[in-house]
Formats: sequence, C-alpha cells, structure tokens
Amino acid sequence: MNMNFWLIQTFNGISYGALLFLVGSGLSLIFGVMRIVNLSHGSYFLLGGYVALTVIWTTGSWLLALPVAALSIALIGLVMERLFLRPLGFDPLRQVLLTVGFAFLFQQAALDIWTGNNFDINPPDALTKSIVVGGLYLPLYRIFMIATAAAIGIALWLIMEKTRMGAAVRATVDDAQMARGVGIDTSRISMLIFSLGALLAALGGVIGGAFLGIYPGLDFEMLPIAFAVVIIGGMGSLGGAAIGALLVGLADNFGKALFPEISYFTLYAPMALILAVKPTGLFGRE
Amino acid sequence: MTSQQIKILAVVAALAAIAVVVPNTNSFVILLATRALAFAILVMSVDLLLGYTGLPSLGQAAYLGVGAYLTAILATRYQFGLGYDFWLVVVLGILLAAALAAVFGLLAIRATGVYFLMITLALGQCVWGLAYRWNSLTGGDNGINLRERPTFGIDLANEVTYFFLVLGFFTLSLILMYTLVRSPFGRSLAGIRERELRMKILGYNTWLHKYVAFVIAGGFGGLSGVLWAHTAGIVSPVNVELGFSVDALLMAVLGGSGTLVGGVIGAFIVFGLREYLSTLVPWWQYVLGAVYVLTILYLPTGLMGIPERIRQRRALQGPKQAPKKPASAPA
Amino acid sequence: MTNTLLRRFSPMLLGGCVALGMSPSSPAAAEELRIGYVAPTTGIFAQVGKDMIDGFQLYLDDVKSDFGGAKVKFIVEDEQAKPDTAVTRAKKLILQDKVHLLVGGLLASSGYALAPVSTADKTVYVVPVSAADDLTQRDLAKFPYLVRTGWSSSQPSHPFGQWACEQGYKKIAAIGADYAFGYEVIGGFQRAFEACGGQIIQKIWPPLGTKDFGPYIPTIKADADAIFTLMVGPMSLQFPKQLAAAGNKKPVIGGGTSYDEFVLPSMGDEVIGHVSALQYSAALDNPKNEAFVKKYRAKYGKVPSYYSETNYTTAQMIHEVIKNNNGKFPGQEEFVKQLAAIKIDSIRGPVRIDEMRNPVQNIYIKKVEKKKMFGYDKDELWNTVIKTYPNVNQFGQFNKDEFLKTPVYNRDFPPCKFC
Repeated sequence: MNMNFWLIQTFNGISYGALLFLVGSGLSLIFGVMRIVNLSHGSYFLLGGYVALTVIWTTGSWLLALPVAALSIALIGLVMERLFLRPLGFDPLRQVLLTVGFAFLFQQAALDIWTGNNFDINPPDALTKSIVVGGLYLPLYRIFMIATAAAIGIALWLIMEKTRMGAAVRATVDDAQMARGVGIDTSRISMLIFSLGALLAALGGVIGGAFLGIYPGLDFEMLPIAFAVVIIGGMGSLGGAAIGALLVGLADNFGKALFPEISYFTLYAPMALILAVKPTGLFGRE
Repeated sequence: MTSQQIKILAVVAALAAIAVVVPNTNSFVILLATRALAFAILVMSVDLLLGYTGLPSLGQAAYLGVGAYLTAILATRYQFGLGYDFWLVVVLGILLAAALAAVFGLLAIRATGVYFLMITLALGQCVWGLAYRWNSLTGGDNGINLRERPTFGIDLANEVTYFFLVLGFFTLSLILMYTLVRSPFGRSLAGIRERELRMKILGYNTWLHKYVAFVIAGGFGGLSGVLWAHTAGIVSPVNVELGFSVDALLMAVLGGSGTLVGGVIGAFIVFGLREYLSTLVPWWQYVLGAVYVLTILYLPTGLMGIPERIRQRRALQGPKQAPKKPASAPA
Repeated sequence: MTNTLLRRFSPMLLGGCVALGMSPSSPAAAEELRIGYVAPTTGIFAQVGKDMIDGFQLYLDDVKSDFGGAKVKFIVEDEQAKPDTAVTRAKKLILQDKVHLLVGGLLASSGYALAPVSTADKTVYVVPVSAADDLTQRDLAKFPYLVRTGWSSSQPSHPFGQWACEQGYKKIAAIGADYAFGYEVIGGFQRAFEACGGQIIQKIWPPLGTKDFGPYIPTIKADADAIFTLMVGPMSLQFPKQLAAAGNKKPVIGGGTSYDEFVLPSMGDEVIGHVSALQYSAALDNPKNEAFVKKYRAKYGKVPSYYSETNYTTAQMIHEVIKNNNGKFPGQEEFVKQLAAIKIDSIRGPVRIDEMRNPVQNIYIKKVEKKKMFGYDKDELWNTVIKTYPNVNQFGQFNKDEFLKTPVYNRDFPPCKFC
C-alpha cells in the first residue's frame, strides 16, 4: 500500500462524496426548512436518471439531459409538496409516511415506463478519458463530478448567504414561527426548497447515472446513504452536508478497501453513534 | 356495556371467527393467515411505541431479525429448538431481542420525533449490514433455510396445527400488550406521548418509561421473529431491511395507531393485497401505494378511527342545541 | 405493457374459462398439464423475471401450448426475488392451483427456498436458472423431486480454468461479487486454473450491488497477467468502465454473467475483447440458435440472454417427457426419473442430465466483439464463441467423489495459497 494507493483512494472517496453532496444537500435543506424526512428522495435521484436517459435516447444530447431532468423532477417535487404534503400541515410523521407511499408508487411507475433493464448513462466522449498525473490515472468523469458538486455548493452558499431569499430560508430553518412573525412566507419557502431538493437529487441522478448505472432498486439503495450524509453532517446545514458527504464518501471508500467484511457496519455505526451523542447531527441546528 | 367492553367483545369475536373459519379454507389461505398473525405481533409492538408512547421507530425489523436468525442458526447449526426445546428458543429469542433493544435504546431514547425516526433507521441498518455481510454466521445473501418445524408431541409441520400455535401466541401477545397499555405504566406512556414536558414536571422519569417501553417492544419483536422463521422456513437479510420496518410502521398507521388491533387489521389488509391482488393484476403496487397515500391524507387515525370520525361528524351535524364547535382532532 | 398484461392474463383467463366450462370429462378430452412458474415479475429483478417467462412462453407459443396432446396451463406467480415470497407462491401453486410441475426461481436463495417445498409437498421442481452448486451436489439427497435443467455456478469455470492455462496466463487476480454465486464461479475457476499450473494471486470481494469500484480497482496486484471478474446486474455495467478509466491494460476474463446478453446491449466499447464462459451465447452460429434469436428479438425487442434460452430449453425438455408419455403426466416420481434421463438437441447444443440431476452440456468460451450477425444491419456487441468444450458436467475434469469430499466453494475455499 504505497503512496499512490492512498492518493487514489482519497481521490475516489472525494469524488464519491461529491455525488453524495448533490443528493444529501437537497435532503438536508428539505429537513432544515420543513422538518420533513423525505423518504422519496432516492426516487427523485432515480427518476432524474431515467428522464435523462429518455432525453439522451430521443435527442442524443447529454448536455440537454441535465437541465431537462433536473427541472422536470423539480416540477414533480413541487406538485407533490403543494398537493400532498401541504395539506398535512405540520405533522412530520404523516409527511414522512406519505413520502414512503410515494416512493413505492414512483418505483412501480419507473418500472412500467422504463422497464427493469439495467441502463448506463453515457457521458460525452471527452469525459470518459483519464488524465495522468504523476503516474496516477485520474478519470476525467470523477473530476467532473467534484467540479460540479463544488460549483453547485458554492452557488447554493451564495444564494443562502448573500440573497434575501437565502436569508428568508435561513430564518425559516432557524425558527419558522418567528420567520412567519416577521412576514416571511414560509409556505412559499417550503415549496421552493422542496423543489430545489428534488432538483438537486435529480441532478445527482443524471451525473451519478454514468457512474453507478440506472436500474430498479437504486432509489432505495441511495436512500440510507443520503441519510448518512445528512445525519452525520447535520440536518438543515449546507456546510454540514458538504462535510458529511465528504466524510461518508471517504469512510465508505476506505472502509470497503481496508475492511471489506464490515464495510456497511463502518458506515452505519458511526452514524448511530453521532446521533446518539448529538441527535441533530454534527452541525445540525436545533 | 361500555364502549370498551364492546370493543373487547368485538376483538374476541373476531379472533374466534378467525380460529374457526381459517382452518376450513385451503392451505394457501392458512399459510397467509399464519404469516399475517406472526408479523402482526411485530406491528403491534410498533404501535406500542408509536401509538402509545409517541415514538415512531423505523428499525423494529431488527428485533424480528434477531429472533428469526437466532431460531434459524440454532436449528440448522446446533440442531437445537426442534423438540421441546422450541419453547426455550422462544424465550431466548425474546430475551436476545430485548437485550438488543436495551442497548439500542440507550442510544435512541434521547431523541424524539423525526430524530428518533432517523436513529432507529440507522440502528436498523447496522443490523441489516451485519446480517448481509457476516456470511459465516448468517449465510449472507442466501439466508438460512430451516429444514423442518419442531415436533413435541404435536407435529408443527401440519399447517393447521402451526396456525393455531401462532394464533395462540398472537392472542397472548395481544392480551399482554392490552394489559400493559391499560396499566398505570401504560397510562403514563400515553401521558408522555401527549405532553412529555408536563409529565416531567409532574416528576415522572420519562426517559425510563420510554426506555422500558422500547425494550418491551423489542422483546415482542423477537417473539415475532421466532415464529416468522418457522412460518417462512427461510431467514435472509430481506427480513431486516428498511422495507420491512417501513411495512410494519405503515400497517400500524393504516389500521390506526394507538389501537393495537388497528395494526393487525393493517397487517391483514396489506398481506391480503400483496398476496391476492398480485396474483390477479400486475399493477397491485399502485393500489398499495395509493392505499397508503390516501389513508395518510384522509384517514389520519387509520381504519380503526373511522367509527370515531363518523361519530364526530354526526355530532357536528347534531340536532337542536348542540353548539357548532369545530371538532377537536385527537392530538 | 398492455400486451404483457394481456399475455399474462390470457393463460389464466383461458385456464379459468376452461375450468369453469369443463364438464365431467369426456374420455377424449385433452389432459391438462398445469405448470406453475415462479419468477420475479415486480421489484428490482422484474426484467430478468420477464426474460425468464418470455423464454418459456416463446416455446409454448411455438407448439401452441400442446405438449404431445396435453394442453399446457402456464401459471405465473411473482416471487419478487424474496425467498419468503417464493415459498408462499409455490405453496399457492401446489396447494391451490394443483400444478403438476413447479418451475423457476431466480436467485440461489429462491432455489434453496423452493427446493424443500418440493420435497415436503412431493412436487417436481424443475430449476432452469438458479445455479447454486450444492442444490445438485452435497444437498441433492434432501431434494428427491428436484431436477436442474440450467447450470451450476462453477460448471463453466472448470473448463475455463484450463483454457486460461492454455493462453499462457500464470498469475490471475480475481474480483467478484461477495456472495455465494461469486464464490462458486471464482472457486471453480481457481481449482481448475491451479490444477494446470496457474496461480490465483488475489481475491477481492466487493459487496453485491457495489456501484463504485473506486476502493477496489487500485488494489489489484500489478504482477497479475490477467483479471478474472464475476459481476452481476448493474455491477457488470460499471466495473469494466471504471476499470478502463483507471488505465487498465491487462486482459480481462470473467464469469458468464459478467457479459451475458442481459447486460451486453448497454455496454460500451470498453468490453471488446473480454472473454467469458457460459453454456450459451446468443452469437452461437447454428441454425437453431439463429432462428431462436431472430424470433425472440422480433417478438420482444431484444437479443435473448441465457435466462430466456434456458427456459425455452426447459420447456422443450418437459415437452419431450410428456410426449414420451403420450400426453399424460406420469406422476411425480416417474416424471423426475424420465426428465433425469432426457437427452435433447437444444438451441445451446446437446444437453442431457447427469446422475445427480444437473445438465451435461457444451461450455462455450466467448469473446466480446463488435460486428454484424444474423443479417442484422448494425454493428453490435456479440459474444463470439471462440472455443467449445463438449460434454461438461458439474464436476468438470475432476473426480466426482473427491470433489464432493471437499467443501462447497466459499469465500475461503479453495484457499488463496498464492495471495
């Protein structure tokens, strides 16, 4: 296990963490603003991938697939929030269960529309090569994943910190009642955030699809991992999601490389322990 | 008769009906009923936590798994539990599951609401991860096949006999849990569910109450697991995965949380839908999903809550001087 | 999808109508042969289940559901790839639908769940897909009603190991899905490869369902001459891509499921030149297979994988037995005996069943090539057959009794002496 091994594994862990950030940040925001544990988040991830596939099959353009998939799933999220989650009012448990019910429906619908074959999203040729840095093969696609996640992370941070909308969101996360008290339309914020969460998950699905494949069951496979990110990083915290994603990506990677027998355990045990000590996650706010 | 007595009578009648009707249907229905009853014990334990203590747990399948795997490993590797020692396995299953709940409870009980949901999810996943990867013990993905059912004077391989055994355990569990929730301890649990702060101010050790409830629920989960192992004849990581815990939770909500029997009704409906509907139409998943969604949206108190809602609506439309008050929803 | 719905409904509707309208028999009425089929039709393996059912159904359509005079009633039940559900469905088929034969099961766990049911309910269980070695080896005595018509996991690996020696490979690093199927395929390869002088210098086991092979690829030993991979499902798609992206230059060989036609259409040029071994390839250049591939593709829109072929062939075998009994079902024990003695000329070549009720058949070494086949006008990926090993049984080149004395292939057997 020489230096190269550690470098490559770290690089791999970071790139996986980048993907997890896309999925986890949306989940974290949704929780922070609405206190909803969105168990259909994995479904948004998968549906994003499927829609991207359809776009690629009909137009041949991977570049087009990104925004189309992201926006269409954001729309679905919007509809779901307005029509189904909103009427439940503030009842986290029922909202959680509702998202589960939808997850089942989405899974069946995906099977019916796209069949159960395993698919692959093929990115443009340019991204499938690798660059060689100091004897290490670094796949360009992984670099792309890291760059995209970083870009989105920065964009989100800027929105949250520097815009009025962002301030309103942060206020709602901190104290929804007070926010309403000062005139912030929290229900509109909820709607926006839920759609944003869905958008991010779908984007994750398109980007991750080239990396993980698109197949039935991916939705429920991504879910616990996305939760690990949110839990470790802290619910409602964007920065926490980034750190959580990084930690999970690295822990998962190194866990599998070094302790393959207990690889799932190395992921979920710390998660449980962190929750036990700080129920809101490492950087969570409560 | 008080409404409570009517309810008890209804439940007794239903149990008697099941005991009489099911054995006279075909073997397949008996099989389904046995499964539903074994799983219903788990669902009731979920309801004990959710409906009575206010703790929504997404990891109860872990305790079923513990009971099931224990039974399977003892039966196949040590030839233990296939005779009169079956009863010993039952006890061991309950104890082991309760022990696990005792450990997990230390980690989980500090949290409430959705945080509790998350941590029980994480703990459940830990157990799943172990079941999945610890190949030498659990057989990993393949699971463990139980080749035969125990015989001790009576031959449990006979489906009808086994059905009655499971029905017996189910009835016993129902009685025990019912006694528990009607006891002072159970009442304080309800108090905690309603307003924990108030209970604390009144001097109750709410943490301890919740912890004990959690351990008890775990024990029942273990019992469910032991029975499940022999019903299905195979134990695999599927029995400990997130979907299983979600199933139990959804069944409890569907039937009506806080009613114990609601969960049982939920279990029968879901099992029936899954097994029967799926043999008739391939789109049964939509039906199941829709049932969940609609129940959660429009029947927050579940199916068992329907009589109450009808009563409330009647009271609203009530005659004469009944003042028009918005019905206060049960908190 | 409606077509599928109708197709799935119609055997049942037809059967239902027949059952309703059937009058107490006239002696000349065709005997009904009820075949109960268990496969996942919903859930994440739904597509594989569909391929299995489609393969069987295609044969039924070819002979118009007439097996030597008997009318076949094909009843399909959904096991959702869960062993408990498989058991419930099987019980329903046996107890409620009173099927003569139980066929199917996808995963090894399903096979192991269904086999005891066949023993307990004294019903023939025909296994077309589930490949767990011990079903027809060390556990055979427990399942007197079981006959396998597909393959055993390690069956193709035994000749494949020999082939690897012939290529001059001396050291091979193996990476495979961490579950029983993976252990058996790689275990068989290791036994054979080391028996002719090769060395397995590494065994890596990514968990079943791994998507990101980042942790594993860099650990592959540099002094390996070749890499042996055993991947299934989505893993088969991702691993070659990530391996290529990591700059791999070593030849890649693998188990049949790593490149079979279920995943091949979704793969890219990175798998060209990869070699694997299985009892079937859609690129088998014989008239029977050409006709099968063309018919299947025209009807279902995809090239058939071994999941479809093995079920087609299984239906064919069942037909043979019933035909030999003049359209009558000869009873459970007798059927098992006759099916176990069958010899047919199938799409995949000559197949007969050995004394431990597993097939003896050709094993094809196949290489992925991009070309046109069977008159199709596009260049596509096909598994071209480069060598055939005839008459391979589940023990391969090894002595049966010595083989059975050793444990079943698992994570630590054969031990990795050269790791």
